[in-house]
Amino acid sequence: MSVESQTLQPGIDTAERKARSNTFTRIARYTAAKLVMLVITVAIGVYLTILIANMGGYVDNIMRGQIREGIGTRMASDPAFKGLTTAEKSALIENEIALEEKRLGLDQPFVIRSFRFLSNAMVLELGRAQLMTSDEGSKQVRLIILERLPPTLLLFGTSNLILFFGSVFFALALSRKYGTFWDKVVIGLSPTSSAPPWFYGIFLILIFAAVFHILPFNGMLDSPPPETKLGYALSIGKHLILPVGAVIISNLFLSIYNWRTFFLIYSSEDYVEMAKAKGLSDREIERRYILRPTLPNIITNFSLLLIALWTGSILTETVFVWPGLGRTFYQAIGLYDTAVIVGLTIIYAYLLVITVFFLEFIYALVDPRVKIGEGS
Amino acid sequence: MAGIQKSLKELLNYPSAVVGLVLTALMVILAIYALVTIPYDEAVRLWRGGQGVWYTSPRTAQPVWTNFFAEKKQPESFSMKIADATRVDSVSSSGFKDIQITYTFDYQADGFPSELAIYFESYSSEKEPFVSIIWITPDGRELEVVDMSLGETETYFLDQDTRLTRRLGRREADVGLFIPPDTDPEIHYRELTPLKGTYQMVISGRTFEEDSDITEAEFVLYGKVAGLAGTDHHRRDLMVSLLWGAPIALSFGLLASIGISIFTIIIAAIGTWFGGLVDGLIQRATEVNLTLPFLSILIMIGTFYSKSLWVMLGITVLLSIFGAQIKAYRAIFLQVKESTYIEAAQAYGASNMRIIFLYLIPRIIPLIIPNLVLSVPTFVFLEATLAQLGLGDPVLPTWGKVIYDAAANSAVYNGQFYWILEPAILLSITGLAFAMVGFSLDRIFNPRLRTLE
Repeated sequence: MSVESQTLQPGIDTAERKARSNTFTRIARYTAAKLVMLVITVAIGVYLTILIANMGGYVDNIMRGQIREGIGTRMASDPAFKGLTTAEKSALIENEIALEEKRLGLDQPFVIRSFRFLSNAMVLELGRAQLMTSDEGSKQVRLIILERLPPTLLLFGTSNLILFFGSVFFALALSRKYGTFWDKVVIGLSPTSSAPPWFYGIFLILIFAAVFHILPFNGMLDSPPPETKLGYALSIGKHLILPVGAVIISNLFLSIYNWRTFFLIYSSEDYVEMAKAKGLSDREIERRYILRPTLPNIITNFSLLLIALWTGSILTETVFVWPGLGRTFYQAIGLYDTAVIVGLTIIYAYLLVITVFFLEFIYALVDPRVKIGEGS
Repeated sequence: MAGIQKSLKELLNYPSAVVGLVLTALMVILAIYALVTIPYDEAVRLWRGGQGVWYTSPRTAQPVWTNFFAEKKQPESFSMKIADATRVDSVSSSGFKDIQITYTFDYQADGFPSELAIYFESYSSEKEPFVSIIWITPDGRELEVVDMSLGETETYFLDQDTRLTRRLGRREADVGLFIPPDTDPEIHYRELTPLKGTYQMVISGRTFEEDSDITEAEFVLYGKVAGLAGTDHHRRDLMVSLLWGAPIALSFGLLASIGISIFTIIIAAIGTWFGGLVDGLIQRATEVNLTLPFLSILIMIGTFYSKSLWVMLGITVLLSIFGAQIKAYRAIFLQVKESTYIEAAQAYGASNMRIIFLYLIPRIIPLIIPNLVLSVPTFVFLEATLAQLGLGDPVLPTWGKVIYDAAANSAVYNGQFYWILEPAILLSITGLAFAMVGFSLDRIFNPRLRTLE
């Protein structure tokens, strides 16, 4: 701001620029505060994950078991130890195990180790998987997860964009014609959102894949994958239809209903009446007087929806055998691969927080209260 | 209370609410019926009892009522014990005992059975009894089935006997024993129809010792339809799980939403009443809780510790009490806190707890009812979601687990739609019922929406 006051040009121009810079610093401060909060959130979430995973020493036991087995098999296959008696051998094994446990820090109390786990997890050092491997053959949990992230982002990016713009569009249209037949239809259909996407997924697969054979049952690509780039994209598109459809069906009507209600509430405000009296066009009124003030509400609502969808994605992907994070989670549960389960929980915590942060940032940009500096 | 009664009367003006209430009532009746007719222990026995309980019912059989719509009527299962057959014993000159058991049954279905089996029980000390089985078709042909000796308990699946299959022109016994003679072996069995009429199966046995005997030979013809609900891959009658799913789904949904509502209100009330640090802490906790990966944590607990439905319920409640609802309740409490009657209560020296529990919380109860009802479906489906991840309760028969079993056994690919649709329809009816009532309640109790309608 001190830079601002040094500008030579006096008058309205400076004042305007000052105001803009104030807005900017306020948004920056707001965002920074949120960021700190969210980092703390991630830390708490991750620590909770570690605590749950290690209650009763689960993680430790698994690590100990691995060490014991590793050393045991190494000793058994090493010709240098052949001549020893069983007692000597087992003493040697115990010794090696103790050394290895010390090296990995398993002899330290849990509190200290938990914080080491925490700092590792925060920088996404997620350790090695016990059984699962990435398609490239790595056992690094981080690599496994990174490899499966793009399909998840594709599926949820597509469905959420369609969902967001679709429901805002329909909600605006309905709020204009409230009380009509279509309005009642949407209200009548909004209870359908009580069922999660995977549930509709089962029905969609049943109808479009099993009965009519027009769309693939599941997966992300035809096999063998098409060779041309266009064919590849089309194949993914074809496989996207049902999962995206399931996500949208299970959320669309409730979103439209909620947002339509917001629009209705705001369109009965006095300033909207005033604008109508001034003779502004419907489009203008919607854009400036209805959409603008409801935007923060819409964003808050949408972020809640996104959070629900992120975690819900585990099942949607499983039902559609979509090779993303969710399906990996399902496989990890089946294989009892602790490292992957813990790693994925941490990743989900991160994804949620990043989503929330992103939306908070947009919120700060559009919310007049943050702009003017009344609220926080 | 009078206000609530009035609102409930108003509820009857909404058609969707009436439908919802009727459906809810139906589900409650179903749940009570299940609890009364199949006691808990019996339900667990029927669901987890093992082959001994289910051995007479067919695998993945369609419900009986599908026959009503089908052109080809599929057979139902039946079993015949020795008591249902005719048994003739004769002692031969050499001291052996000859036993002849004749099973006679009428077969009128248009489809073939799915399996054929005989469960033998016999005793002998050294030399096991010997049986040979003959199959007599309605047109009088006598087909040799098998010659075998019997251990103490012996199960003979006719359709799994490869030698019999070869003798029947490379057709398994469940088809081969029922088709007319000289059928073209190239024709798929779906295009064939069985010979209708009276079939006979004759077991001729001989025991070689004084007190050796064949005590039981139960013939089971496994059909392709069974019960009102059909059966699954373990031969279990799905009716047990469909019925018992109702009380489980309802209690899980209601307990979770009631539990969460109660805790959330108390926390919101305490936060608003004390304000300051307590309020700040609760608000921060809400923000942190919002971004915790709820389902992932449930999955971890399910995988590492316990899959019990009641543990899951507890964790769900714990993870949800700092939910987004706290903010909404807080806003209302902030208004109520300023009311004069609260001031009056303070003036006469009411304790904090008294104010919170007797004056603040009761005021907000009408407002939470819509949310409470609306969140029931979420938890009903949560149970199903956990079951889909393989984290369903290991003991209880639930709708979610039936869908999971069906999906795991590729029911959709195999065209066994009933297996998935029955539990799915019950789930959606339950979800819809509560959602419909909840939405109407929301419109009645939420004054802001009301001015619009």
